[in-house]
Amino acid sequence: MAGGKQRIYRQKIASTASLQKVFRAQELIAASRIGKARARTAAAAPFAEAITRAVSAVAVHTTIEHLLTEPRHDTDRCAILIVGADRGMAGAYTASILREAEKLFGNLRDEGKEYDLYVAGRRAVSYYTYRGHTLAGSWEYGSDEPTPEVAGEIADTLLHAFQAPAADGGVGELHVVYTQFVNMVTQKPRVVRMLPLEVVEGVSAPEDIEPLYDFEPSASEVLDALLPRYIRSRLFSFLLESAASELASRQSAMHTATDNAQDLITTYTRKANAARQGDITQEITEIVSGADALANSH
Amino acid sequence: MAELSVDLVAADRKVWSGSARQVSAPSVDGQVGIMPGHTPLLAVMRAGTVSVSTGDGVAFEAHVSGGFVSVDDNLVTVVADDITPLADPGMDFGYGQGR
Repeated sequence: MAGGKQRIYRQKIASTASLQKVFRAQELIAASRIGKARARTAAAAPFAEAITRAVSAVAVHTTIEHLLTEPRHDTDRCAILIVGADRGMAGAYTASILREAEKLFGNLRDEGKEYDLYVAGRRAVSYYTYRGHTLAGSWEYGSDEPTPEVAGEIADTLLHAFQAPAADGGVGELHVVYTQFVNMVTQKPRVVRMLPLEVVEGVSAPEDIEPLYDFEPSASEVLDALLPRYIRSRLFSFLLESAASELASRQSAMHTATDNAQDLITTYTRKANAARQGDITQEITEIVSGADALANSH
Repeated sequence: MAELSVDLVAADRKVWSGSARQVSAPSVDGQVGIMPGHTPLLAVMRAGTVSVSTGDGVAFEAHVSGGFVSVDDNLVTVVADDITPLADPGMDFGYGQGR
């Protein structure tokens, strides 16, 4: 049957070409958003720096102990915050976060600790709910464009769990699994223990700072006001970094998909051409042999 | 005379930065005025108005929703969850209009 194979190839070429357009569009969207995401990360940096400097000033100049910096011994429960993506089409982005989280689960189990899951990002949420995990908290917030409000909400929920008594499901540790944005081609899933706090970053040696620091109203109240903000700001920067990573891996995944689609189109075009040539050759052979048969019969 | 170097930062951006002669911020114990040479200070702020003055008048005023202010070696940092600049007749940065 003439055209049978050819038609099939033409259809495949057309459908691959329309998919390719989708991939290309996704790649461009991710590329345009990534600049914005990185600008937002940069814009949030002064706040994070100011907070960190202030927290370390308190830590250096006083000897107060605060609930958030003290390890809790009354409970073995941990909270784990997993920051995933809302959408797929980002290659192994969510999968590698989940794999990292799985590793952390194993470590905690080995230490005899139980854990509560807090999950951000629709893909990660559906992964766990589909597998029947109970989530202590979940957020689907537009993972490529996090806002300080969402970070605040997540931080408040986690702080609440951290400050709750052990009987009410209070947790003694908080781990965050997020993706570190190294550069446009490298993003690393990373686990950070956030609580109890280890305030070490940005601590200058005490002799650099004036020994007399005034705290108003008092050092412990200043710390009360600072630490939740510190956690909120750290969480916000984790969300922003995850967003940049998500967009970067989406861009590269979609770029690869576009290239692959192009390869497929080339292959199918060659096959379609070969099929057409085959059909023509066959028709000629048929005509020639028919003519030959007629000529011989006379 | 020494000048203060002032930074106003909100959670998602740096709002204002520059040098000034005086900064006034709403600490929980009352409005504090900060001038060059102030002792190192870390104060919790309540909601209120922060104003930054240079030699020739008020350079910047903003409403803050609470946060803290730190002073260290003539470096003043006002950190707030939310900073809304007030309309300012003296120096117009384009803030305060249509907000």
